[in-house]
Amino acid sequence: MKFGVIVFPGSNCDHDMYYALKTVIGNNVKFIWHQDTSLADFDGVVLPGGFSYGDYLRAGAIARFSPILQEVVRFAEKGKIVLGICNGFQVLTESGLLPGALMRNQNLRFICKHVYIRTENNQTTFTKMLKKGQILRIPIAHGEGKYYIDDDNLKRLTENNQILFRYCSPLGKLENEHNPNGSKSFIAGIINREGNVLGMMPHPERAVELLIGSNDGRYLLESIIT
Amino acid sequence: MKAKIQVRLKNGILDPQGKTVNNALHHLGFENINHVRVGKLIEFEIEESDRKKAFQVIEDACKKLLANPVIEDYSYEVEED
Repeated sequence: MKFGVIVFPGSNCDHDMYYALKTVIGNNVKFIWHQDTSLADFDGVVLPGGFSYGDYLRAGAIARFSPILQEVVRFAEKGKIVLGICNGFQVLTESGLLPGALMRNQNLRFICKHVYIRTENNQTTFTKMLKKGQILRIPIAHGEGKYYIDDDNLKRLTENNQILFRYCSPLGKLENEHNPNGSKSFIAGIINREGNVLGMMPHPERAVELLIGSNDGRYLLESIIT
Repeated sequence: MKAKIQVRLKNGILDPQGKTVNNALHHLGFENINHVRVGKLIEFEIEESDRKKAFQVIEDACKKLLANPVIEDYSYEVEED
């Protein structure tokens, strides 16, 4: 598969993702500048973490109008793979490719630590190498990661099995003290209805080698290319 | 014309920032202040002499960019030059 990692002014996890996909997973990857307008050569794109356009106005709000994003929307509509991590997730909700919104963390602090997430649905492109209920230890690093969605849309999200990951305790229990940012229904990652667009706050690309604490993120990246 | 747009979190959506400011006010002795909510004020000038047209432009700008309709409401006023 040929992957593109989109680079916005202010992206800072683009090189981590490039490294994870290329060096660790051994996949074909290229950077795509935010002013480019074609994704013709690619099978999948990643919107990486960072602070695109300084997070001005709202996180992801300006990136949504960059030239490449119009193409990402068309790319997603064609059923190609789109993965948004952290700031990328914020861009995907702002652009309407995913429902809901990401708000300031409940405790108002920027949180940077390893958390546990539970695999809620393993029948997807992104999770097929995981077991249902499998617990992953993956870092988060964000100030605005509290997922919000109204109750009607949450019901729809749940019924369509669009919730892929929930924050949980090391044993997989849903407990408030293990919901780091106060996300609704413990949500850490969701897919669109069609199942080709994933947004998640945790950083799988920062969990690909045991040397730096965890390689649980590999399951996800390898699922996509398998 | 000058436009002033207020963007605020929808009613019912928790505002941890407002709550923290509220607590700080209480610590300073402002115990009769409550229900603090923090929003944004956006100002700009708009080259349009027709009020109706100006309103349309502002509405459009709010819907497309200035507010996120999932979590925010907006209101605005204009001042003629």
